[in-house]
Amino acid sequence: MNLPRTAQSLGLVGCRTCGRVSPAGTPACPHCGSHFHSRDAELQTVWAWLIAGFICYIPANLYPMLVTQTLTSAKAENTIVNGVIELLKHHEYAVAGIVFFASVIVPIGKFLAIAFLGLSLQRHATLSSHRRHKLLHIVEFIGRWSMIDVFVVAILSSLVQLGAVAQIHPGPAAILFALSVVFTMRAAQCFDPRLIWEKDDGSLK
Amino acid sequence: MTVNQAESLPSLDRLLACPSCGLLHQDIVTPVGKRARCQRCHRVLFFPRRRALARISALALTEAILMIAAVFFPFLTINVGGHTHQSSIFETALSFSQGLMIPLAALVLVMIILLPPLRIAALFYTIAPLKRNLPPRPRARAALRFVEATEPWSMVEIYVVGAVVALIKVAGIAAVSLGPAFWAFSALVVVLTFKDNLMCYWTVWRLIDPQAPRSQA
Repeated sequence: MNLPRTAQSLGLVGCRTCGRVSPAGTPACPHCGSHFHSRDAELQTVWAWLIAGFICYIPANLYPMLVTQTLTSAKAENTIVNGVIELLKHHEYAVAGIVFFASVIVPIGKFLAIAFLGLSLQRHATLSSHRRHKLLHIVEFIGRWSMIDVFVVAILSSLVQLGAVAQIHPGPAAILFALSVVFTMRAAQCFDPRLIWEKDDGSLK
Repeated sequence: MTVNQAESLPSLDRLLACPSCGLLHQDIVTPVGKRARCQRCHRVLFFPRRRALARISALALTEAILMIAAVFFPFLTINVGGHTHQSSIFETALSFSQGLMIPLAALVLVMIILLPPLRIAALFYTIAPLKRNLPPRPRARAALRFVEATEPWSMVEIYVVGAVVALIKVAGIAAVSLGPAFWAFSALVVVLTFKDNLMCYWTVWRLIDPQAPRSQA
């Protein structure tokens, strides 16, 4: 088979920042100064970030995100999913949809997508390289939007400070959820799309 | 063009590897306004635009002004039965500043208030001499790497959407008025989008490195 000429197939290493090519084994790109990562460690780093993100995600859904206290009602603690249900009760369907998408669909989809991409390097892949590359791109692009809920909590709890009338405080889920987002963003960033292509053209060892 | 199997390997200075799939490309020629894509994975490699440096500098300056307005003006004001409370963008980040939440306060401060102006300053530092055909500044490579690496962590646009969601959530229990900082931040999102659209990192990397493979850009 006629292999496509990639930097790796010629014993070279391409810089992901500036694109310049150096001999393999160079520790850092001599043109832009970016560090090169060892190929073997790369996938392990992805799994490590992904698992860390997942570990934070579970309690993030069990603990309250928002603690609300008003004059008329008792102290209410809302988890992420509760917050969405509250919005639905107030007939704010569009906003409920945005929050549900950013805080539930995107994180879960991200775990599944990155795990699938990681596993597809070890087994026979069911999706073409183009599709898997596109999937990774979407995960990287959309993952940061999960931070919406954390910012909502930040804004609500600094704004609604009206003494006895109404008070909103952040719950422990806020930091757990934020960590989960940061860790999975790192997982997606550390995933080198070149691995997908190398697996496909047969040059991945 | 890509590198052929039959050809002997040209000098490394003439080659560029696609950051997404690793395919080698030689002597990429990109006319202004056209996209050069990787032949295998179709990722955009170069997209030089007419007078891009001047336009990026102008937009970055606009961003800096909007950022100052966003940080120092009031952001949102709430009013329930005579009780009012005002928040600035800075204070929203500090709402996490008790106990175990302190790292989150720091994270939000970095994403919303620290990174945007730092990225603007680093970009200015990098492209200002290039615009006037002067040699690049000594730390230009580190500055450009910083601008590129921090791009996903600067979350102004996500914060603005979060503010809108928060507004709708409180709308039922209180009257909220939008301060100048809200509009400044919203405008900042628009300007940021225009600037990110114009920015072609590989073109700037080429301008910084005098030995880089040339194109007729």
